[in-house]
Amino acid sequence: MSAMPTQGRVLLDTGVLKTESLRTRFQKLLPSARGFAMGVVAPFAGLILLIGIWAIVSTTSPQLPTPLKTWHSAVEVFSNPFYIKGPNDQGIGWNIWNSLKRVGLGFTLAAIVGIPLGFMIGRFAFLNAMAAPIISVLRPVSPLAWLPIGLLVFKAAEAASIWVIAISSVWPMVVNTAAGVARIPQDYLNVARVLKLSEWKIFTRILIPATLPYVMTGIRLSIGVAWLVIVAAEMLTGGIGLGFWVWDEWNNLNVEHIIIAIFVVGIVGLMLEQAILMVAKRFYYD
Amino acid sequence: MRDFVKLENIEMTFISKRGEFTALRDVNLVVKEGEFVSVIGHSGCGKSTVLNIVAGLLDATSGVALCAGREIKGPGPERAVVFQNHSLLPWLTCHQNVFLAVESVFGKVVSHTQLHERTHEALSLVGLDDATLKYPHEISGGMKQRVGIARALAMEPKVLLMDEPFGALDALTRAHLQDELSRIVARTQATVVMVTHDVDEAVLLSDRIVMMSNGPAATVGQILNVNLARPRDRVALANDAQYMRIRGEVLSFLYEKHRNPDQRAA
Repeated sequence: MSAMPTQGRVLLDTGVLKTESLRTRFQKLLPSARGFAMGVVAPFAGLILLIGIWAIVSTTSPQLPTPLKTWHSAVEVFSNPFYIKGPNDQGIGWNIWNSLKRVGLGFTLAAIVGIPLGFMIGRFAFLNAMAAPIISVLRPVSPLAWLPIGLLVFKAAEAASIWVIAISSVWPMVVNTAAGVARIPQDYLNVARVLKLSEWKIFTRILIPATLPYVMTGIRLSIGVAWLVIVAAEMLTGGIGLGFWVWDEWNNLNVEHIIIAIFVVGIVGLMLEQAILMVAKRFYYD
Repeated sequence: MRDFVKLENIEMTFISKRGEFTALRDVNLVVKEGEFVSVIGHSGCGKSTVLNIVAGLLDATSGVALCAGREIKGPGPERAVVFQNHSLLPWLTCHQNVFLAVESVFGKVVSHTQLHERTHEALSLVGLDDATLKYPHEISGGMKQRVGIARALAMEPKVLLMDEPFGALDALTRAHLQDELSRIVARTQATVVMVTHDVDEAVLLSDRIVMMSNGPAATVGQILNVNLARPRDRVALANDAQYMRIRGEVLSFLYEKHRNPDQRAA
């Protein structure tokens, strides 16, 4: 007797479960459809629109290659990315690699100077007052204005372009690190005072972790600036790299390659930014 | 019993761009060893300023502030503070947060394992054995405040200073933590100064209630002894005649003699 109702309930339960799972599956589908539209369809539509406009413009302006012609050229460029046919004619892979190397070097120098400087400016009001006018004047200077100074001092094109990267990418790190240190919540500093933490403990347990998100923002902006500057610097200084490649192909009137370079610079810049963002996420709390 | 904390003729004047502002004038207060004293008053009356002077986070403009017979100069672990917004370091786990305090106070005296044991004991005292490895953002507001209390207790302070410790919590969590604090204080015989604006909380927990007049130039308006037997049970006290009388006196002080200046203006 007792088995009957139980069995009935089980059947009923599974029935409910089935309709629920169908409904939830349907409900899950709706937002994911919207997500699909926003995440895939919209960007794709934007890209098609851009290529469409480009195609129309290229029919009226014969010097500008069509998207298709550029695509074929890109396939060719990327089919052999690491060839070396002399000092000024190397594959796209080498161009990217050399540009990244200069950016990496210049940025590392900037970080070594900029982050500690930012810490000190943020911690000591006197240093802040000392540095503020200098930073305000030097920060808006166009990166390329530093190039002659670099050439003069280092007497070498390679060193000068790294110098330009360093000097123009140092500011976001200085400013953001200083802002981070200055904005440490008073609560944390009060905790440090009540606990009578040593200067070293304050530095490692409070100052550094509290400032890291700001430092990471500074690093992200700095790398963005460095990557922005590299093309211009290489155009002027030469040597293998994306900027020089653009200039060289301009002299060869190979516009397809210039457009490819523009896309490559954009995509590599985006990847750098995303990589830093991924690292930075690990340092956000709350 | 010894006088543990002593404030004599404390005056506190803040100097800002808009001029001078006298927050406290002629504040006199004595807290005895093992006593639980609440400071109550309307917001802006300077009750937190009093606590911060005892903590050493603020320097009184004039007057004498003593703790265990010595002048208070700056903060120190013998006057541990439980902050209103818990002030846990978000990049450290609960254990690490408490350990930082333990290490700072006892690091030179006891071994590393003992430091960890003390940390465990403190977290266990507030009932957080299971959450020691969690980060502050992974636990509830009530649990964060418990970690704050554990951190303060782990320093084995002479005085525990609490600045509206349960102000940010919901009513049920607050009641639960009040009961727990009451139990912990009974066990550790701690001396406590607590700032609050909750009348029931003050009556339930305190031996004495210090009622402050409104600022500017706020001072101690009246001190009330709470002679209720311990342990106190909040449900039983709800109908207790003496509890009602004390509660009534605090309410009458706050809402008749020293009404909130904002309400008076309106």
